[in-house]
Amino acid sequence: MAENPTLRVCALYGELMNIYADRGNLLLLERRCRWRGIGFELANATLGDRLDADAHDLYYIGGGQDADQRLCAADLVEHKAPALHAAAARGALVLGVCGGYQLLGHGYQLEDAWLPGAGLVDLETVRVEGPRLIGNVAIEVDLDDGPKRVLAGFENHAGRTRLGADEHPLGRVLRGHGNDGRSAAEGVRRGGVIGTYLHGPLLPKNAWFADWLIAAALDTGVAELGPLDDALEDAAHAAARRAAGIAER
Amino acid sequence: MMLGAKVSVARALGAIARASGRGGGTSLPGMLLQRLDRDAIGTLARRLPRGSALLSATNGKTTTAALAANILAKAAIPIVHNRAGANMASGVASALLDAVGPKGTIKGELGLFEVDEFWLPSVSAQLAPRSLLLANLFRDQLDRYGELEAIADRWAAVVAAAPGELGLVLCSDDPLVADLGRGREATYFGVRDDRLALPEIQHAADSKHCRRCGAPLQYLAVYLGHLGRYRCPNGHDPQPEPTVQAVEVELHGVHSATFSLISAAGRAHVELPLPGLYNVYNALGAAALCLSLGVALGDVVAGLQDAEAAFGRAETIAVDGRALSIMLIKNPAGANEVLRTLVLEPGQHDVLGVLNDGIADGRDVSWIWDADFELLASRLRGVTCSGTRADELGVRLKYAGVAPEKIAIVGDLPDAFDSARAAGNGTLYALPTYTALLQLRGLLADRGVAARFWR
Repeated sequence: MAENPTLRVCALYGELMNIYADRGNLLLLERRCRWRGIGFELANATLGDRLDADAHDLYYIGGGQDADQRLCAADLVEHKAPALHAAAARGALVLGVCGGYQLLGHGYQLEDAWLPGAGLVDLETVRVEGPRLIGNVAIEVDLDDGPKRVLAGFENHAGRTRLGADEHPLGRVLRGHGNDGRSAAEGVRRGGVIGTYLHGPLLPKNAWFADWLIAAALDTGVAELGPLDDALEDAAHAAARRAAGIAER
Repeated sequence: MMLGAKVSVARALGAIARASGRGGGTSLPGMLLQRLDRDAIGTLARRLPRGSALLSATNGKTTTAALAANILAKAAIPIVHNRAGANMASGVASALLDAVGPKGTIKGELGLFEVDEFWLPSVSAQLAPRSLLLANLFRDQLDRYGELEAIADRWAAVVAAAPGELGLVLCSDDPLVADLGRGREATYFGVRDDRLALPEIQHAADSKHCRRCGAPLQYLAVYLGHLGRYRCPNGHDPQPEPTVQAVEVELHGVHSATFSLISAAGRAHVELPLPGLYNVYNALGAAALCLSLGVALGDVVAGLQDAEAAFGRAETIAVDGRALSIMLIKNPAGANEVLRTLVLEPGQHDVLGVLNDGIADGRDVSWIWDADFELLASRLRGVTCSGTRADELGVRLKYAGVAPEKIAIVGDLPDAFDSARAAGNGTLYALPTYTALLQLRGLLADRGVAARFWR
């Protein structure tokens, strides 16, 4: 870790893509940095803004309502996709949650429109006849070839996401629906590009994953960050797991 | 079977269910009646000589309906009202069923029904109301209701299908709601007092864009969530001028508010015994609805001034010598108004927060991260977190800036209630979600307090 590290986060369309309390994710990152003496900067890049591929360590896209997602999809392709590709190539993290996850792939086929995506990962989302996939969800993830860990959250999406043959999911569904309700795959991960349907928000229910993101974005290890008193966070994680029907091991 | 016989059957079965202690007394008879006669709501409502008024909103339905009922009582207009807040079709049917008298007459002249925002289309189609009050649309229980725009589209279809003589009453300050009146007659209400304006639009605010061109609306003043004075930068559809206005608004902590009510009927000073700007909006909605029904301004003011808080909507009760103030929180916009009102009270506060994730609360508790608990951070002496998701509420408060040593987690509600009451001093503020409010009411009943809410 650098001498005076600072986590530089850029929220894409923070005022539009925030439907499932995405602020909670950003708040976890901020507080957990500051409590450790790590600097934290938050920028917002909205419609029409140019995106700087070198200025941020973590790019975040949250979920949005249909109308907002359409606006953002068009803008993403026109103004931001090349910078996101360049940022990912140099090792920055890109985290998409829910609607933001859908925009990381090739695109999203709605009944009446095709929403183009950033094309960072080989996946496609379609809206199909049938119910929205809603409920508590828990997935098992294997991020660093270490012990498998659990992410718990809540999902609420109409789209079904299919991964390309060479693409890996973020995790395996233990309870809930995941990408399409059938394949047991949830989310996507290719290096530092991560997408997931888990909101709720994700990081307050999985503080360990917030730390993993901070460490990865700063190119260090979680152990180097130093511990925090996570009694409340651990209890909230356990409660989210119980809500999904997965007891703590 | 004639409707009269079906009414008797539904009532008898409802009485049996109640007597067997299975609960559901407010919705079950109506549900049975609808099973027996699909058009029961319409058939019974047509017997009301003055017709029906419906109201819907994300926040404030029960309070607004209670205020309107109080006003109509001053005007000596007998009403049929789903007072208990059962606001789906079955609740409306139950209220009508309760009002059926001998020989099928109905005991009441006007129907006053609060309706769940999702149920509005079907209830409105059956009832054919003479008046419809639509007050606000906020982000709420996305797992249950879906997206805000989808609700707005459903409401627009209700308005489009209604006959021209429908008395439409709309909040001018909510762009999504005000837009429903485009191209037709409507009564608009709104606040006009920029001393109340927030420094910036709250981050959880919705519908901040012009419904015509999608451009971000420019706010001249933000009063509450996305409610305020706004304009489209491209000049689309100027905000309708409210004909029923609140000006010179003064908020008095968690107890009351005063304002001047301006309408075509004149100007009057109102001392509202309910707190917060959100209740000023509720009062304005009730006033606008009743004025549009022809009620005299004096009756409107009298009805507002001796209102009582609905259970769990900021009423204060004494429990063994200590004041308990209960304020329902269920979505970001509503919670923000409760928090904003609470911190009007000076000093440090003791709070009991109860977060449940039942179906009626929304299984998804992410909304607490959109609510501005930061407002409380420097004003808490201590907080007890309870409910099925007590831990996550604790995490939310910690990240809002509350010192962890001030946060106690006690999942079980009776235990949490006792430990919260034993800590701190002065008023204990309870902030429960919907199912937690019902549990709290049960707990208070078991202990012999708050009996007045079982009328």
